[in-house]
Amino acid sequence: MKWSEFFTSSVGKKFIMGLTGITLILFLVVHAGLNACIFATLLDENDHGEMFNKAAHFMGSNVIPRLLEIGLFLGIFLHIIQGLVLEFQNRSKRGISYKVNYGNRGSKWYSRSMGLLGTILLIFLILHWVQFWIPSRFTGMEEVTIDGKQVHDLFGLMKTTFEEPWVVLVYVLACISLAYHLLHGFQSAFRTLGLRSNRYLRIVKGLGIAFSILIPLVFALMPISMHFHWVG
Amino acid sequence: MEHYTMNLNLQVWRQKNKQDKGHFDTYQVSNISSEMSFLEMIDVLNERLIREGSDPIAFDHDCREGICGMCSMYINGKPHGPWEGTTTCQLHMRAFRDGDTIVVEPWRAKAFPVIKDLMVDRSAFDRIIQSGGYISVNTGNAVDGNSIPVEKEKADASFAAAMCIGCGACVAACKNSSAMLFVSAKVSHLALLPQGSPERKTRVLDMMAQMDKEGFGSCTNTGACEAVCPKEISITNIARLNAEYISAGLTEDK
Repeated sequence: MKWSEFFTSSVGKKFIMGLTGITLILFLVVHAGLNACIFATLLDENDHGEMFNKAAHFMGSNVIPRLLEIGLFLGIFLHIIQGLVLEFQNRSKRGISYKVNYGNRGSKWYSRSMGLLGTILLIFLILHWVQFWIPSRFTGMEEVTIDGKQVHDLFGLMKTTFEEPWVVLVYVLACISLAYHLLHGFQSAFRTLGLRSNRYLRIVKGLGIAFSILIPLVFALMPISMHFHWVG
Repeated sequence: MEHYTMNLNLQVWRQKNKQDKGHFDTYQVSNISSEMSFLEMIDVLNERLIREGSDPIAFDHDCREGICGMCSMYINGKPHGPWEGTTTCQLHMRAFRDGDTIVVEPWRAKAFPVIKDLMVDRSAFDRIIQSGGYISVNTGNAVDGNSIPVEKEKADASFAAAMCIGCGACVAACKNSSAMLFVSAKVSHLALLPQGSPERKTRVLDMMAQMDKEGFGSCTNTGACEAVCPKEISITNIARLNAEYISAGLTEDK
């Protein structure tokens, strides 16, 4: 079988979705873990976001995270484009739609709404890039001096960005979309890759539920605690 | 179980032929026995339509005992109606109450075009089977039953997959009109047995290629197929199909 045949078959396309999905799941752990450094201010009142800014500086300046970032963006775009293509292709297969829908009787609403949830996340991502990633990477931003080094004051940028209530609202809505996207996507990715042993599926399902609740919750707490000045 | 009779309001999809746009017609049926099967209820209505000189409702049926896979009605938003693990022919009118409205539609998928009314063309499934859903061996004389040992668990899983009657309810229920549950059942029932292993790789590749060619969608693991399957084929088979396909697709040099 040719590579092109494999990757254009319906299982091959899903294989890409599953693999990139798991890559993005791993990225979420790194992202949530690093950003959780903002909560260091709760433990040390002299921190003032230093730990977070240092961590962000490391990710932005060290060669390994920068290389991984290229892979990450390839993964994200593959996941988005393939996901949208599959959504439109699959939607076109029915022809005339039913008068009465099967709806939630046989499947969960979020498992049928991965395209919609993913699109909400894409819109959020564009906003998120414009607010944080592009200034830090390309257009430049305010700096602070930590241990004699000039580093981007991403902590300060978070504080000013999350003063706006609508921004906090958009971020929280995106976190809810992410939670439901993961609730189906986490375990579905493993099934797509062929996992069928009940021993492992039980672990994957449990882990998937815990992950889908915890990670979006940690993310959602960031704009909320910034907005209400719980950290700072 | 108490016997009762009921009057029903039916909304049935009527379509003269493949080209016709089709529409819903409403029929009142009265004095329907709770002991009748759903198809017998349609028979009663059709007798009346014939007496009145109009065209009876065309629908597929054959064995009427739940094993042939011919009946294919989408009843009140669910393939084969409200009961679980049941074909339309085994659905009985005690599932309904006096005064109910029942909407009957054909399977909806571009790969299953409507032939007439509630009949759809499911020959796409036949072509998928023809592409690899078999074993080609010179059988010769019958061998001793125990000469090829098969683990009990695998034999059971294979048999459970082989229960698939190819009715197409999985396609009808799937939001992507995917035939993955059907293909996975056919691939699994052979992949789990030693007799199926020589053609294991080419089988899965050919059957999936045919499925894609026929215009079915891809699987997103929603589980709707498993929930409507009259033979309760497990969605685990789809994960097995994925594994079979990925390993064959990444290693087969053909």
